[in-house]
Amino acid sequence: MTALAIPSPSLVVLVGVSGSGKSSFATKHFGPYEVVSSDYCRGLVSDDENDQDATKDAFDVLGYIVGKRLERGRLTVVDATNVQPSARRHLLGLAKEHDLLPVAIVLDVPDGVAIERNAGRPDRDFGAGVVKRQSSQLHRSLGHLTKEGFRRVHVLRGVEEIEEATIVREPLLNDRRDEHGPFDVVGDVHGCRSELEALLGQLGYAVVRDDRRRPVDAVPPDGRRAVFLGDLVDRGPDSPGVLRLVMGMVAAGHALCLPGNHENKLVRALSGRQVRISHGLETTLEQLEAESPEFTDQVKEFCDGLVAHLVLDDGRLVVAHAGLKEAYHGRASGRVRSFALYGDTTGETDEFGLPVRYPWAEDYRGRAMVLYGHTPVPETTWVNNTLCLDTGCVFGGRLTALRYPEKELVSVPAERVWYEPVKPLAATTPVREPDQLDIGDVLGKRVVDTAHHGRVTVREEDAAGALEVMSRFALHPRYLPYLPPTMAPVATSRRDDLLEHPDEAFAAYADLGVTSLLCEEKHMGSRAVVFVRDDDGGGPGAVYTRTGRSFFEPEVTASLLGQVRDAVSGAGLWDELATDWLLLDAELLPWSAKAEGLLREQYAATGSAARSVLTPAVAALETARARGVDVGALADRTVARRTDAAAFTDVYRRYCWPTDGSQGVLLAPFQVLASAGRTWADREHPWHLDVADRLAAQDPGLFRATRRLVVDTGDPASRDAGVTWWEELTADGGEGMVVKPLANLTRTPKGLVQPGLKVRGREYLRLIYGPDYTRPEHLSRLKDRHLQHKRSLALREYALGLEALDRYVAGEPLWRVHEAVFAVLALESEPVDPRL
Amino acid sequence: MFLTLTSTTRPATDLGYLLHKHPDRAQSVSVTAGEAHVFYPEATEERCTVGLLVEVDPVALARNKKGHVLGQYVNDRPYAASSMLAVALGKAFRTALAGRCDARRELVERELDLEIHVPALPADGDPALVRGLFEPVGWAVTATPVELDETVPDWGASRYVDLRLAGRQRLQDALSHLYVLIPVLDGGKHYWVGDEEIDKLVRAGGDWLAAHPLRETILRRALAHQRRLVDDATARLLASDDEPTNDEPMADEPVDEAKARPLVALRRDAVLAAVKASGARTVVDVGCGEGSLLRALLDDASYTQILGVDVSPHALATAERHLRLSTMDDRRRERIRLVQSSLTYRDDRLAGFDAMVLMEVVEHLDPPRLPALEDAVFAHARPGTVVLTTPNAEHNIRYDGLAGGGYRHHDHRFEWTRDELRAWADRVAATHGYEVRYTPVGADDPEVGPPTQLAVFTR
Repeated sequence: MTALAIPSPSLVVLVGVSGSGKSSFATKHFGPYEVVSSDYCRGLVSDDENDQDATKDAFDVLGYIVGKRLERGRLTVVDATNVQPSARRHLLGLAKEHDLLPVAIVLDVPDGVAIERNAGRPDRDFGAGVVKRQSSQLHRSLGHLTKEGFRRVHVLRGVEEIEEATIVREPLLNDRRDEHGPFDVVGDVHGCRSELEALLGQLGYAVVRDDRRRPVDAVPPDGRRAVFLGDLVDRGPDSPGVLRLVMGMVAAGHALCLPGNHENKLVRALSGRQVRISHGLETTLEQLEAESPEFTDQVKEFCDGLVAHLVLDDGRLVVAHAGLKEAYHGRASGRVRSFALYGDTTGETDEFGLPVRYPWAEDYRGRAMVLYGHTPVPETTWVNNTLCLDTGCVFGGRLTALRYPEKELVSVPAERVWYEPVKPLAATTPVREPDQLDIGDVLGKRVVDTAHHGRVTVREEDAAGALEVMSRFALHPRYLPYLPPTMAPVATSRRDDLLEHPDEAFAAYADLGVTSLLCEEKHMGSRAVVFVRDDDGGGPGAVYTRTGRSFFEPEVTASLLGQVRDAVSGAGLWDELATDWLLLDAELLPWSAKAEGLLREQYAATGSAARSVLTPAVAALETARARGVDVGALADRTVARRTDAAAFTDVYRRYCWPTDGSQGVLLAPFQVLASAGRTWADREHPWHLDVADRLAAQDPGLFRATRRLVVDTGDPASRDAGVTWWEELTADGGEGMVVKPLANLTRTPKGLVQPGLKVRGREYLRLIYGPDYTRPEHLSRLKDRHLQHKRSLALREYALGLEALDRYVAGEPLWRVHEAVFAVLALESEPVDPRL
Repeated sequence: MFLTLTSTTRPATDLGYLLHKHPDRAQSVSVTAGEAHVFYPEATEERCTVGLLVEVDPVALARNKKGHVLGQYVNDRPYAASSMLAVALGKAFRTALAGRCDARRELVERELDLEIHVPALPADGDPALVRGLFEPVGWAVTATPVELDETVPDWGASRYVDLRLAGRQRLQDALSHLYVLIPVLDGGKHYWVGDEEIDKLVRAGGDWLAAHPLRETILRRALAHQRRLVDDATARLLASDDEPTNDEPMADEPVDEAKARPLVALRRDAVLAAVKASGARTVVDVGCGEGSLLRALLDDASYTQILGVDVSPHALATAERHLRLSTMDDRRRERIRLVQSSLTYRDDRLAGFDAMVLMEVVEHLDPPRLPALEDAVFAHARPGTVVLTTPNAEHNIRYDGLAGGGYRHHDHRFEWTRDELRAWADRVAATHGYEVRYTPVGADDPEVGPPTQLAVFTR
């Protein structure tokens, strides 16, 4: 019995004449979707599997399907005769394009068998000549398959051998997804044996020495494993010593090791091939002179056997000497190996004669963390979930390791400059912003995975609208880790004279089993997100609106943030929350600070036009009535409209007062969104309001506390107290309140619960529904509010906001944070009744 | 909405015959989104006043044609005089406006001493325009600005005036004046009024309009500026951020440029010349707006590939319409594409072009976002040539409206002096391996330089 080893994934090309049993073989050994058959594709395009006129179109379709499967990294078997080199060339091209290995399995049966089989099938009307021609093409090809590019060629001769063959799928050498670490990933060592010992010591490894006191192994602490990112050798003082230690660790299962370009060159030099002895190779070769030939052979064998990149921990971690772009993860081809060893170069060289490297990491959008070395950097910097760990030890920098998955950096300084760098380490400052976003990160229809509400879809046209606002008005995405969600109003009240009332809010939560609620006073201002740092080192911070634009000019923002920072310091929150920055959700007062244009052009103008018109209209009607014209009902209505207009004017005036820069501006924070390393969405609301109270106590001139009342929906007296409280808040035009689950972030078996329901006051709603909305003929129609879309948006935006914060505090790349933030803005642009 | 019209020509109650409405009865007619009421507060031999009061239904008014609720759902439409009032006037007084009075034919031609009161007439902050409209047709005009809010004196006057007209006129003419000129003052915001009705309003002008000194302004404001309430995603977002929904078209330079060739044309010529001189075959116009440069590029067959880019879907849709892409012949059509993008993001679709045009674009970006533009253009897209224009701030003192400061466009985030442009462009060019040269566009004033500065980057 023949066991055929097949790398998985790979492209398996069956080769055999018509009637050789390819389809049966494929069906027996592979899954139904893994096999793409030319006959089937002929049928797809022509309704006839044997229509030879359809061959060209059928192979176009076949190529397309195979290409898509390979792109997705699926093992794919092509069931076609493939006896002609041109047909195979097409398939080899596909494998190469997708960086997977091509494998040929040849089914070689005697012509007679094939002819007899074909004769038994009425749909195959071609004669023996066809089979014979194919057979001769097959036999001419046999000797050339490996040369054509097939990485493995299995030839099964005769019916019996075909019948008995089995397939063994072998994972690719780079596929180490079942290794879960934890790992300690070490950057370029370049012969710095002493620093490596020190680093391993710091990492908690116990170095094992041979009888000559030379380190030959290092035993990791509790289940950890070292990963060496290559370039163990060259330039430094003891490349053989480093090799001896690492080879020992790999042999003992204490380490994984990747090759660097220096190992690659060393192998070629040791194999006697022509290489330029430079860039420190001369030192290694000289040091190896002092070692035994056996050791040098072991080095050669070790370095030659290293796999250029590894995919670890269920695909969550990828390691390669020079990094690896996403399309190459888990792939096998010459160019994948070359990328892993040398990186992506632009073909240009810089003023020091070194190759200019294409900044692939800036374009990286993969989910796997990529760790690499190769390019010495003065400081490590995360770029889109990738990190370069080569901190130039041999050039007098440091030797650095990253603890995975903890993402902790551990490093030791170089004992001295072992090798003068061609260009100074510090000169590698990139010209480009490393976290620059790509249009593909936001445009088009997008689906954002959220931890709390599943997949949230953003429509293409909403993204388009959001792009304009984000680009023209918003702050730099770096200062925009969050946008606040919209908030749903309470269900429409059943009372005749009201649109909104607390009863419906209490009932809505009680129905979900959420009985402990907090009513918070709603300050009529502008929603504001405050991003404050305890010093200016990390950037200026920001105070921005719900669409991400700054409220104020930079100087005013800076002065306002200075006050906020002082209050946070005074309240002792930096230490208490163990952070050097805070993100606060707040209301910024007065409304006129931001919305003065709107107030003047829309609200004040409406009030002014109303007064100007209704006063003479009422007078004219009264005069007409006085002389006996029957205008009674019209006059009464007009008087009522005048009263309504006055009430409308009174309401907006409450929310206007003059401000000058940050003078006169008030902040009413109601939630601590996030701080270093964590979000606070699961902390109950009284905690958040307590923080706000403490800020208000520090600086009553800047902060306004938020009044609140706890309501227990199970207690009628408590509910009544809630209603009375709301009535008092809103009697003279106060905006109203927000009812929230006391516990904050709440889930029920039905899913995420609305984070709050707003219950706005009867007078206040004149600003929203118009001065005379309270008239029964208007109110009765306005009660038909279609709240469902608004509620659904509120929930989706809430989940996206949480997601953005989660990603931000986890240190995820900017594009990942921005994706969720942008989605909030896009959803906000959906057409929904703006009065809700 | 309310207005009154008073006759003091004895017997003043003849007004009732002329208007075909009995002075002692209140009457109502239904109009779009509401009802118009006609009543007479006074009706004596000496003095007869008719009032037209329109009650609109604010609930219906808040919705647009698609049934969406508009961003500006609370607005002055129920109160201020607008084209809706004109339409109501036309309907309530149709016979009088047509110059018919079957009962008393002789009254039609009679001139009456009339007083008209329109208590809230939008005048876009321009009482002079009100006088300019009504005085030439024979009215003594008193236009008193209406205060916006007496509790906030800083806000000053509203955009409304309290208008009183007095004059000796035929009633038909008086009504016709109101019917045509009220919509003109409404600034072309004929929301909730159909296009046909606006046409009707203008046609009603008859003889007096033909002779009116502001005839062009009247027609332009009534017709040419017909604007729709913008209801797209961008407008909704701005409204959600408590921004007044600005449906003003993007204004261009202050208008006193028009003496010779307008600056906008000079600038386009200069940009085209710079692109041409670069030898480019493929060109991307970033911030293409409504596509005026694209059209010129299309007309030159040496450009084989033209990409128009704008961040505004609205602008792109307009460009598509203006360029008539949907009916363009295939050979031209395949040379041009329009895509939405933004210079604050990298975009591979913008890479690989011979030349990129950034005409009046950079000044629309907040200064902290300029590094993103620099990255997207000079590090990522890396066209062979970049042609950039931007206003020269020094030149602003040559403009009447800007001598005291301010920018040329409300969306400009900054305007550079010549030195400021050079400082930025020299650094960008050096960093990214380009060379840059500068050319003036428009008359190069010896003191303050040209109105527009042009920089050409090549690598």
